[in-house]
Formats: sequence, C-alpha cells, structure tokens
Amino acid sequence: MAAIAVELRDVVKEFAEPEKKGEAFAAVNHVNLQINDGEFFSLLGPSGCGKTTSLRMIAGFELPTSGEVFIHGKAMGKTPPYQRPVNTVFQSYALFPHLTIFDNVAFGLQMKGVSQLEIKPRVQEALAMVRLPGYEKRKPKQLSGGQQQRVALARALVNRPEVLLLDEPLGALDLKLRKEMQLELKTLQREVGITFIYVTHDQEEALTMSDRIAVMNRGKLLQVGDSSGIYESPNCRFVADFIGDTNFITGKVHSRHGDTVSVELTSGVWVEAKSDQALNTGQSVTVAVRPEKMHIRSGTRLPNWFEGRVTNIVYIGTDTHYSVRLPGDQLVRVREQNDMPGYSRPLANEGDSVWVGFAVESARVLVE
Amino acid sequence: MSRRRSPWLTLSTILVYGFLYLPIVVLVVFAFNSSRQNVVFEGIVNRDACGPFYWFCRVFQNQDALDASVNTLKIALTSTVLSTLIGTMAALALQRHTFKLKLFAEASLYIPIVIPEIVMGIGILVLFNTVFRFVNTTFDLAPAQRLGLGLGTVIISHVAFSVPFVTLTVRTRLHSFDRAVEEAAADLGANAWTTFRRITLPLIMPGVLAGAMLAFTLSLDDFIITFFTNGPGSTTLPIYVYGLLRRTVTPEVNALSTMWILVVLAALVVSNRVQRRVA
Amino acid sequence: MRESKSVQGTLLATPAMLWMIGLLIVPLILIVVTSFGQRDPDGNVIYTFSLHNYIRLAGIKTNCGDGAAVCFDSLYLRILVRSVGLALATTLLTIVLGYPLAYYVARAPARRRNMLLFLILIPLWTNFVIRVYAWIRILRAFDLLYTPQAVLVGMVYEFIPFMILPMYTSLEKIDPSLYEAAADLGANSLRTFLKVTLPLSLPGVVAGTLLVFVPVMGTFVVSDILGGKQFELVGNLIQGQFLDARDPTFGSAASVILMGMTLIVMIIYTRKFGFGEEVAIT
Repeated sequence: MAAIAVELRDVVKEFAEPEKKGEAFAAVNHVNLQINDGEFFSLLGPSGCGKTTSLRMIAGFELPTSGEVFIHGKAMGKTPPYQRPVNTVFQSYALFPHLTIFDNVAFGLQMKGVSQLEIKPRVQEALAMVRLPGYEKRKPKQLSGGQQQRVALARALVNRPEVLLLDEPLGALDLKLRKEMQLELKTLQREVGITFIYVTHDQEEALTMSDRIAVMNRGKLLQVGDSSGIYESPNCRFVADFIGDTNFITGKVHSRHGDTVSVELTSGVWVEAKSDQALNTGQSVTVAVRPEKMHIRSGTRLPNWFEGRVTNIVYIGTDTHYSVRLPGDQLVRVREQNDMPGYSRPLANEGDSVWVGFAVESARVLVE
Repeated sequence: MSRRRSPWLTLSTILVYGFLYLPIVVLVVFAFNSSRQNVVFEGIVNRDACGPFYWFCRVFQNQDALDASVNTLKIALTSTVLSTLIGTMAALALQRHTFKLKLFAEASLYIPIVIPEIVMGIGILVLFNTVFRFVNTTFDLAPAQRLGLGLGTVIISHVAFSVPFVTLTVRTRLHSFDRAVEEAAADLGANAWTTFRRITLPLIMPGVLAGAMLAFTLSLDDFIITFFTNGPGSTTLPIYVYGLLRRTVTPEVNALSTMWILVVLAALVVSNRVQRRVA
Repeated sequence: MRESKSVQGTLLATPAMLWMIGLLIVPLILIVVTSFGQRDPDGNVIYTFSLHNYIRLAGIKTNCGDGAAVCFDSLYLRILVRSVGLALATTLLTIVLGYPLAYYVARAPARRRNMLLFLILIPLWTNFVIRVYAWIRILRAFDLLYTPQAVLVGMVYEFIPFMILPMYTSLEKIDPSLYEAAADLGANSLRTFLKVTLPLSLPGVVAGTLLVFVPVMGTFVVSDILGGKQFELVGNLIQGQFLDARDPTFGSAASVILMGMTLIVMIIYTRKFGFGEEVAIT
C-alpha cells in the first residue's frame, strides 16, 4: 500500500460574498481526499467547482476555514507557501517578467540558499528535462506560450518538491500543442516519480493523463476513481453527464434482484439496469446509458429493447450518430461504429421505425 | 487573497493620507476664524446676519474675488474645449496615420513634461511681448486697439500645456481599440464619417473625457504659466490669492477656497457619474 | 496597428503642431536668443551675441568694489546648487513617503482602490497657491515658517501625488500570481518585495521622478511663500528678472541653465533606469 502524499480532512473554505454582505459562500464544502505518493491525480470539474481553491489550500495560498491539509502526514496548519514542500505551476505561468529564464528557474534554489555552484547544473538539467536547453539568457516575453509553459514546469520541478501542483497549466495552449504536452507531462511524471496534482476542467485531458481522478461540483467531492471507473460507473447524474456523453432515461424503481434493478419508465415500458446503491420501490431514478453502448436493430423483443423513430442521422466518419425518439417522447442518441467491411451504409434512414436497446450491464441506475 | 498586510504599511499609509489632508482641514477651519488677521484661531466668527458664515458672505461682496473666479472658469472651460479637440485630433493622427514629421510631432509632445514650467512661461511671455510690440508699432495702433496680455493669451497658453496630456490619454485608449469594429461598420455600409461618429467616437469617449478632465484640472490649478501670461482683466483665482499673500490675508481667502473645494468636489462627482455612464 | 498614409494624418496633427511649434519651440528658441542679448535702460531687449549673462551667472565680475580687475561671487552658483539639492531631496522624500501608500492602494481590494486614488487626487483640485497658503499656519505652529525645511515640506506636499500615481500604476500592473509564485518558490515577504515587487515597479518610480524633479526645479511659489526671501531658488531668480529687476536677458540665461541642468540630471537618471514608460498613463 502506497504512502499518502496529500490528505484533505473535512476541509471547508468559505469566501465572504461582497454582493451579499456577511453571507459566506462555501467554495470547498467538507472535502475528504487522499492522494497517494507518486500518483498522477486530477481534480476535475466545471469552473467554480472548488478544484482550484482545493489546490491553493494545498499550496498554502488559501487557508481552510475548517478542516486540515496534510502533506506526508504533517498537518500544514498556517504554514506559509514558502515553507511547504510543494511547488506550483500556475495557470498564467506567473514567470517573473524582469528575470531571465535562468534566473526564473534558479529563483527557488536561491531562496533555499543552494550554493551558486550547484544551482547552475541543476537549472540546466531542469531546462534540458523540459527540452529548452540554451534558452537561459532569454526573457519570458521572448518565448512562445508553449515554451513559457515548459519554463514554469522547470521552475517548479528544479526544487524537487514532494508534490507538484498544476493549475490548468495547458489552458492557454492551442489544441495540438495541448495534446503533445499532455503526453509529455505524463511521461515526465513517470520519470521524476513526483506526485502530480493536476487541476483541469477538461474531462478528456483528465482521462488521458491521470492515474486517478476526483470529480468536483459546487464545492463537493462527488467521485474518486481511475479513468475507466469514473467513465464506466459514474455514481451520480452529474458525473455521468460531465464525463462523456450519456443518455438519461427517467423512471421509477419497480423491483430489485441483487444489483439488477427493474425501472418502470414514464411510458410504461420496463428496463433493467445495475446499481450498488440503496433504493426504495417507487423512488424516482434516472437510467444512464452511454450512446456507444446502445445499438440499433431492425427487429427484436429482448429486454431493454424498445421501438422508436429515427429523427436525425449524422455521419462523422468513424461512427454514425442516430437520434431516436422513444415512446414517452424520450430522445436518445445511439452511436454505431462504422466498422463493417467496405462502404458503411447507415443502418436506418430518417423517419424509419427501429429497435434500440442495450445490455443490462451497460446501464446504471442513478439517484436524482 | 487572504494575505494580511503589515500594520506598518497600514500605519504609514494613514499618516501620508493625513499629511495630504492636514492643510485642507486647516484651510477650512480658518474660514470660520473670528480674527481678521487670521494668524491664530481665536474662535468661531459670529457677525452680521451670516453668523459663522460671515467670511463666506463677504466673498460675495468682493468684486475682485468674484471676477477672479469667473475668469478662472472662463479660461478653464475654453482651454479645455480647445485642447480636447486639438489633442484628440493629434492622438488619432499619431496612432493611425503615418505622415511627414511624425517623429517630430511625437517628440514635441513630450516637451512640456521635460521642460520646467517656468521656462515655458517666460518663453511664451517673451514671444507675446515680441509679437505684440512688432504688431503695435508696425501698424501704429491706437492705445485702445493695441494688442496686449489678457484672457486670450492665458487661454492660448493653457491650450499649449494641456494638448500633450490630452493626446497621451486618448492614445492609450486608442491603443487598445479593436479596429475590426470599424471594418464591421464599413462592411455594414457606414461611410468613413458615419463610422467615426457612430463607432469610433463613442468607443474612445472615455479616453476623451478623461483627457478633458485632465486639461480642466491642469488649467484650474495652473499658476506659473498664468502668472506670466495674464494681463489686465484676466486675473485668475491663483493669481488673485498670490497677490493677497503679499498683503493681509483675511479669512475671506479661506472662505473662498472652501467654496471652491466644494464646487470642484460637486463637479467631480457629476463628471464621475457621466463618465461611468459613457464607459 | 495598421497605419494609413494620407493627408488626413497631416491635417489632424496640424493644429497640435501649430501650437507646439508656436508656443513651445519658438519660445524656447527665443529664450536662447534672448539670453545672449543685452538690456537697454528702458528694460527692452537688444539682440546681440554676448556671453555676459552667463559670465555673470558663473559669478565672475569685472567691476569689483575693491579695485581688483576680476572677482568671484558665488551667489548664483549657490542658488543653482540649492535648487538641484532641493529637487533631489524632494524627489527622494516623495519616493520614500509615497511608495508604501502606492503599494497599499495597489494591493487594496478593487472596489476600494478607486476611492483611495480619488482621495489622493482631491487635494490637487484645490489649487496650487491655496494649498501652499494653507501650510503657512501649520508651519508657523511648528516654528518652521521661512526655513529651508518649510520649503521642503511644501514641495513634498505639492508634488507627492505625481510620484504616487505612476508608482501605483506600475505596482497595480504586477500580476498577483507573481507574488504567489515567489512565495511558492520559497521567498518570504521581504525577499518577494526585494526580488519581485521592487524591480517590477521601477518604471513607475522613474516616471514619478520625471514628474516631480522637473517641476520642483522650476517652481518659485513654494519658496516664495514658505521660504521667505532667504531661500532663493532658480525659479525665484528667473521670476525676479522678468518682473522686478526687469532684465529678461539675464532671466533667459538663467532659464537656459535651468533647462540644461534639468535635462542633464534627467538624462543621467534615465540612462541608468530607462525612460519611465508610465508617463504615458498618467
């Protein structure tokens, strides 16, 4: 069992709202979280969900209103940022505009009182690591966005922090560069073996890079798990909706056998889906199914198959997307891969009546 | 940021603010002094129908003070309008066009910043004297028609030192101006003049207003240039007060100054509102 | 920024250029010309080319009382040195007193910043002469009226807003995440200030120096009202020549020297620190 690098224990952060005098708003609301040593851990959520505030509390820029932050078992209390064994890569990079690249990277070492003799090779090593050797004498303004991003990374890593905090570090880069940097960051993290805590609002980015992901919304921690766990078995509607595409079909719990639940839809049809949560008969629930786990057939009467009408077809090369209106006016999207040999013809035409359905294991019952 | 400021920083800030307001408080308090000599505070005045506002009432019977106030406003308003117009035009020229002598034009606008005001003042005085003497003798003008220092010379001089500041202010606004909106206007069928009137001008208006405010302030506050270029009938408030300082200064001056502070404050609040609406 | 080459630019710039040439450049040339001239008994200027005004400023006299052919009088040199010294002292004091305030305002919450800035500006709108006049009573209470210290206090008071505003502008422009980055990399508040805040606010200090040093060099009101007749500055000297003593040629020569000294000090200074880019914002 790996040691715990960072732990948040019942952490709350409230901010006073200037518009509503005296009223406090909880940016982070009773969060408990353990991040393992050497892990690439992502905090994922929409803007304002509390992920950046959580990161800033680990860095020490903000102090929790209540609860405690631990780094390698040590309670941080009111330890100022400059005494914490962590370093941050800022969203805006925050490179010092008046210093050269060398002095930017050397800054942390100089603050620690590392000897001049040792600083030079370490800075060069760090710049080599981010593939920017020979840029020592330039100023930040003379570098492109991607290069500045690498300098920010080198400036943090050169201090050999116990934990590296990254606040949407790729947000300002264009898509292509972003993809490159994602892979590079992941490789770098494996090489240096430092715990990375990575804040992002981009679900694809989080899925690509992370060992584990924590999904947050409105200050609350909703689910923690690895990429496939979060994608395949979301534990609430928000997670299912935020990560990837999902069809939501609403209904009421009818009966339960083990982890298989029968749900009666508003149209009167029954479907079966999986759940590990406690449910009551008659409770309103949502059945979530990924579009790629739904299929179209021309005729069948198995469970979880319904008749519907194709309202729209979009061909996008690798797949074709079908919108199908089910009885009870529920609209679902179905994604069929175009992996048939030869020229892919659509499985149906607009206006056709088709059967759509999914395997019981592909559907999850979520409580509203 | 939850970072706490050091108490020393707060303390020194408060002290410097105190330093800035101490003379103003003293100025206002002495406007209510019962002593005519106004050297030490001898209690609150209470005379005639005006009571504690005795000195304020006296100001309104003082024709010189009233004339100086009117002159100050006339000069400030006229020179503000002129310098805003000229300065905005220059800003547009410098920011958007290339033309002969552009470099010279840019450099000349920095002159008032790097040359002490007194040098400008006496330079303009020498110029006016030279020109006027030449005109007056060449055309052998009658005494009543002779050219001389007055409201006109003061206004022309105020425009000279205000224009560069207006230009700088408007240029900073133009600098962040997205010219695509002008192209969009042209694309939608607006001609050059309509584009300027409907799009460009409203967008740079905050900068123009800020420049006008600056010009107005500089003109109101100016002493040195006015000192050298004023003549009969163009005494401004600072010149009037400066003249009084050589004789006895009664609390009237304090009362006059207090009223000016109130008028200026009221004007500022109004202009702030207007600017906010425009911005 | 795209620029179009056209007569439009010339037309737009013409009025401003007329003003700048007519009321700044021509007068400056006139002063230089006048400074080489001589005064006739009526106080009118005779245009010659004579260096006697400059020789007089340097303190070299030909008609000495004790019969010597040439003697030296340091009166005017002392005035010049006093003016430079006062301007330097004023500049330094405005930096020392103004910096903490500028820093405080720049780091205040955005909502309060405008109010705090406004408070700095309000005294400026009350009129230069009246502000100096108000100091008479305060300085008298401290028994400082008509002393060099009184002039220094008056100068600092008059010009400190012009130091605070550009310093504020450059302090306010510093991205707050730079402070966090410095803290994150192990710098405490003092080291953050020395290594990040101070160097990044230097352009503001340079601009402020330009806006304080130049006018202090050329003002005569403060020394006139608060310093009495004992504390004469170049400004007082020039003013006297144009009004009381009525020797415009000597006054012009003093102005040329004043201009020269100001430019030399500013050039040395800006060479060292760069031209204050913040001037454009204030």
